Amino acid sequence: METLVALRGLTVDFDVGHRVIRALHGVDITVGKGEAVGLVGESGSGKSVTWLAALGLLGPRARVRGSVTLAGQELLGAPARALEAVRGRRIAMIFQDPASALNPVHRIGRQIGEALGLHRGLDGGAARAEARRLLDRVGIADAARRLTDYPHQLSGGMNQRVMIAMALAGEPDMLVADEPTTALDATIQAQILDLLRELRRDGGMSMVLISHDLGVVAENSDRICVMYAGRIVEEAPTAELFAAPRHPYTSGLLAALPDLDGPRRRLVAIPGTVPEPAHLPPGCAFAPRCPVVLPVCATAVPPLESAGPGHRAACVRVRRAVAA
Amino acid sequence: MLRYLSTRLVRALLTICFVVTFAFVILRLSGDPALLILSPDAPPEAIEAFRKSWGLDRPVWEQYVRYFGAIAEGNLGRSMRDGRPALDLVLERVPATLALTIPALILKLVIGIPAGIYAALHRNKLADRMTMLFSVAGFTVPSFVLGLVLVLIFSVNLGWLPSGGQDSWIHGILPVITLGTAGAAVLARFTRSAMLEVLGQPYIRTASAKGLAWHRVVVDHALPNAAIPTVTIVGFMVGSLVAGAVVVESVFSWPGVGRLLVVAVANRDLAVVQTILLFVAATMVCANLTVDMLYGWIDPRLRTRRVAGAG
Ligand SMILES: Nc1ncnc2c1ncn2[C@@H]1O[C@H](COP(=O)(O)OP(=O)(O)O)[C@@H](O)[C@H]1O
Ligand SMILES: [Mg+2]
Repeated sequence: METLVALRGLTVDFDVGHRVIRALHGVDITVGKGEAVGLVGESGSGKSVTWLAALGLLGPRARVRGSVTLAGQELLGAPARALEAVRGRRIAMIFQDPASALNPVHRIGRQIGEALGLHRGLDGGAARAEARRLLDRVGIADAARRLTDYPHQLSGGMNQRVMIAMALAGEPDMLVADEPTTALDATIQAQILDLLRELRRDGGMSMVLISHDLGVVAENSDRICVMYAGRIVEEAPTAELFAAPRHPYTSGLLAALPDLDGPRRRLVAIPGTVPEPAHLPPGCAFAPRCPVVLPVCATAVPPLESAGPGHRAACVRVRRAVAA
Repeated sequence: MLRYLSTRLVRALLTICFVVTFAFVILRLSGDPALLILSPDAPPEAIEAFRKSWGLDRPVWEQYVRYFGAIAEGNLGRSMRDGRPALDLVLERVPATLALTIPALILKLVIGIPAGIYAALHRNKLADRMTMLFSVAGFTVPSFVLGLVLVLIFSVNLGWLPSGGQDSWIHGILPVITLGTAGAAVLARFTRSAMLEVLGQPYIRTASAKGLAWHRVVVDHALPNAAIPTVTIVGFMVGSLVAGAVVVESVFSWPGVGRLLVVAVANRDLAVVQTILLFVAATMVCANLTVDMLYGWIDPRLRTRRVAGAG
């Protein structure tokens, strides 16, 4: 598969005044053309930071290093103009809390129209007609009337649909959906995921679906990256990851999933929490919570190593298994 | 909207009644206008006659009822000092005060708001720290101190500007700067924190993620939201156009409403004090109503409350 976006050795440091905190420790992710990649991990593991960093959206206090390429073009350190041409046009992003992700003082139509003007040169009536079509496309009934509504007049699920319509306005090559359903209740969550799946199937768009819920990601990704404390700890095709997880953290996430038919719930099975970036243990960051920890785990960070075709994991047990 | 306005109006009326009563109580209990205006050495008959003619010999509650009744009829009374209608005295002074406070308000707006925005956009950089330093200095130094310092520098030492009086617009420069500085400082701080609050909101990130250039994110998405809290403080400033210059008028011997108020209070000249307070209350009320209406215009959440069905 042709690579669309590649993150290589992505490192993010936050300058928090008195010291510098490293949130990402060299993250590698590639997304192929038309591919759907899931990025999963508990809250605080660095999923959002990864993609905000890739798009240059972290602000001046973040220092981003490594490499981010889009179809071969380097984005890190690219001039503001070049990044603006990528955002929304090549790579669009939607966020967790749709109610606060839309500007409260502007009408829906204006917010979508802005993207249409920016990326497709549409304005006036043409922009309005296209905005209407987009709202129709994302399943908003009575689209014409909704254009003149403000975000507070819509429900959370509707606002997320508006966000998706806005993301589609630039006809992007890739959509990054950062916990798009976390703030929504279960039925709406399923509807939004259906919509994303449908859009991807119709448009051939690549997608990165970020979630703390492995269940959400499972049904919507070809491949899954598992993230923990600012590192990718395992990466595999979705079926393979479920069938043969190699990292104890992934196993923990899987064990926390309810039965296939049961209701989804939050990941609770792994005791403890993700360590703060400022207080990482030496060695493997998961070691303090790991049920199968070895003495060697506290001494060095295990590298991400091959554990089969298209499968990589960062655990000392992987190498032992390969060597054995 | 109508119901909203009428409750506002009732509240405004109650406020005014309260102010009127408060002024009466304070002024009546704290000194005798007869002694203050005629001087204590005046012949007792003269003082007696003065009291009689102004009704000061009657019981306090009766004075209050008469005074309140007169105000309710729109009669603001006469000055005990020279017998002229209080309204005329006050109206005469309003233009002089506005000649200071309106330019000062403009100064506050054109310096305070851009400075606050600039500081927020360059948070923690040198420009931000300098702005905030000046801002803290600007509103911790009392205006009479600032006024006197400016007089010392520009009138006494350099001899560039007059230290008092109202002969030409040049005389207004120092008082306007004195008035404007503190307000600009307050406004800069306020605008800065409003902007910082807004810049941290998720919709700002959405606007950037959409591909908008940063200046358009600021102008189209941040400023309209930051305007909402800023309007409050500007409204307050507009509300104090009439009464906001008491100290500065005294420092610069500017014959405005503020100085009239000082003299009238000193003489316990109730009708004049009363009229000024009514003016002040009325401007405040008008400013507040305007702010409320502006809110509705800027912030659609206050205009319409309707949540569509889920989905
Ligand atoms: N602007 C920031 N300044 C300092 N630390 C941050 C900032 N943004 C995120 N972090 C830290 O980076 C880590 C990863 O955050 P995030 O990517 O939001 O996690 P996730 O999306 O996986 O829940 C967290 O520990 C968070 O506290
Ligand atoms: Mg996140």
